[in-house]
Amino acid sequence: MSESRLGVFKTYKLFVGGKFPRSESGRVYEVTDPKGNWLANAPLASRKDARDAVVAARKAFGGWSGATAYNRGQILYRIAEMLEGRREQFVREVAEAEGLSRSKAAAVVDAAVDRWVWYAGWTDKIGQIAGAANPVAGPYFNLSTTEPTGVVAVLAPQESSFLGLVSVLAPVIATGNTAVVVTSERSPLPALSLGEVLATSDLPGGVVNVLSGKAAEMGPHLAAHGDVNAIDLTGADAELATALETAAADNLKRVLRPRDEDWSAEPGTDRLLAFLETKTVWHPIGV
Amino acid sequence: MAFEYAPAPESRSVVDIAPSYGLFVDGEFRPAEDGKVFKTVSPSSEEVLSEVAQAGQSDVDAAVRAARKAFEKWSALPGAERAKYLFRIARIIQERSRELAVLESLDNGKPIRESRDADLPLVAAHFFYYAGWADKLGHAGFGSDPKPLGVAGQVIPWNFPLLMLAWKIAPALACGNTVVLKPAETTPLSALFFADICRQAGLPKGVVNILTGDGSTGAALVAHPDVNKVAFTGSTEVGKAIARTVAGTEKKLTLELGGKAANIVFEDAPIDQAVEGIVNGIFFNQGHVCCAGSRLLVQESVQDELLEALKRRMSTLRVGDPLDKNTDIGAINSAEQLARIKSLADSGEAEGAERWAPRCELPSTGYWFAPTLFTGVTQAHRIAREEIFGPVLSVLTFRTPAEAVEKANNTPYGLSAGIWTEKGSRILWMADKLRAGVVWANTFNKFDPTSPFGGYKESGFGREGGRHGLEAYLNV
Repeated sequence: MSESRLGVFKTYKLFVGGKFPRSESGRVYEVTDPKGNWLANAPLASRKDARDAVVAARKAFGGWSGATAYNRGQILYRIAEMLEGRREQFVREVAEAEGLSRSKAAAVVDAAVDRWVWYAGWTDKIGQIAGAANPVAGPYFNLSTTEPTGVVAVLAPQESSFLGLVSVLAPVIATGNTAVVVTSERSPLPALSLGEVLATSDLPGGVVNVLSGKAAEMGPHLAAHGDVNAIDLTGADAELATALETAAADNLKRVLRPRDEDWSAEPGTDRLLAFLETKTVWHPIGV
Repeated sequence: MAFEYAPAPESRSVVDIAPSYGLFVDGEFRPAEDGKVFKTVSPSSEEVLSEVAQAGQSDVDAAVRAARKAFEKWSALPGAERAKYLFRIARIIQERSRELAVLESLDNGKPIRESRDADLPLVAAHFFYYAGWADKLGHAGFGSDPKPLGVAGQVIPWNFPLLMLAWKIAPALACGNTVVLKPAETTPLSALFFADICRQAGLPKGVVNILTGDGSTGAALVAHPDVNKVAFTGSTEVGKAIARTVAGTEKKLTLELGGKAANIVFEDAPIDQAVEGIVNGIFFNQGHVCCAGSRLLVQESVQDELLEALKRRMSTLRVGDPLDKNTDIGAINSAEQLARIKSLADSGEAEGAERWAPRCELPSTGYWFAPTLFTGVTQAHRIAREEIFGPVLSVLTFRTPAEAVEKANNTPYGLSAGIWTEKGSRILWMADKLRAGVVWANTFNKFDPTSPFGGYKESGFGREGGRHGLEAYLNV
């Protein structure tokens, strides 16, 4: 690059309903690296943005939950492919966002790509692990199957802005839920860029909606929202988590409480199972 | 020529109810620390059956302490040994099942035909089923060595007192937890008899503790800081309050709450079978069933035929003495519940639905409500939206399967649903679309210990029964 050429900055935007809007509030906030150097202005998403995101997620739920598990698996794998193709960009963004060396950031991005692959493979298997054919004491066919809970609000981890975010988001959508995810407040840029990957991975618009800003501002609205079925509180501190769990009781949302996490470890099935319902169907057997 | 039924009462002499009962704490019956008591009455006669202790905060403390102390040894016991205690309990329940069935019908008001043929067999089967899991938990799909949670605080309702106790206690104990259980205020007796069964089985003291009391006892139990697991079956309103109470704690929570199930009948359904299913769906246990089929959705083309057959069948239902073996519908559990049913039924009329009930003579003492159906119900009516928890059926109509799904899912609840059609692909399509935890196709109100039960949405979360039911009591 010639020394005289001025670089082109990217305007970071929200990702809602498959589109890239600015915050309806018109607000942005300054995002810096850990040393305080300016990186970008990120949208400071508002209550209204959160509500719009829930509407988009609800609209997308029927199609996404009704897609075949094979189809969802291919789309999650496509996300991994797209991310791999943009590896250099994400290594740079993660290094800047989290103050990591290039090699450490590369390891984080590689792990994130691999996490999409791991969950891509789960879409058509989790039902076999979690379902059951139940031997009832009578002439009845009885089968328990899993179904997605619905619209899941996700407060992504504050520290692990990219691998952590992928680790909480991928299991939610792998099983057919749709998501409204609030990014790390301090380091939202990798998550916002992930929206660009999702938009080019055949993922239907609205399945994932990405909001940058404050968990403490949007969280209460999402936790109290009557059309949100579940909330993942991973990115909330203890005080906020208690308040949000209390608010979530109003429509009995399924709540995943914050806990100690090691994002580099193999995830297990906990997060897949957290947002699944079990449906049991009976039918008489006879001639 | 009209046939009359002669009375066919089950004998009360198989059950010996003491004039008073204490709390069952640490293997002993003892009075409440502040000496408070309350009476439990038979809803069919308003006769006082016994006086039981009203547990207060200090009793809750003592029971949780006893359960905590017992947890250490109970959880360390080899699973095979815990299993044998549960198998013993299952067997003793079978031995004493007639006594317990009569007791349940006396205290609850449900017909002996149901307590004898449904409740008690399911209670014994539930303990037998979970007994077998106690030494096989590593094979249940929750890791190779899942651990119990600790002390479980369990609060159960009055509609199936002993069965709900079984659903709570059997998996909790199998997984190695100890329990403090509070039966419902109006139906405390079978849980106290269960305490005696624990004694007969030689269950170590403190593993099961029974606290009788009202809502305040339950609230103190679920709020107790040394409880690790809260399990509640009851109203959605109380369930939400409990969810708020445990917010911000480490307590694991499962809730099995209300419902407003749609029972959907298509024009190709076998009408006679569907009528039996509708009757079983809403009039089983006086309609005191969270998964009751309380909204009948009938396809317009068969509405007249179906309703005529349904009314004819309802006219043959026998309402009366719960201990009479010919009784189909027993007593409403309490005066308070009767008032709620009456008020909601009145709202149905006031909002413009048409009320119908067969002619039937109701006994002069006790709490009774005739089987009732409403036609001309719209989705906006309270009787189509609110859980009545009584023998009241709201009838709505639909034209297409899509409309049936839309109406069936138009509720904050999601516990159960019914589908009646001869077309297999339609059953599976409907079952897929209905947002409910249990779907009965061409049957209704079937239960089994191997079959997970529980709701979507505001019907709660967690499953009871089957392999799934273990998760609520393990650290997974």
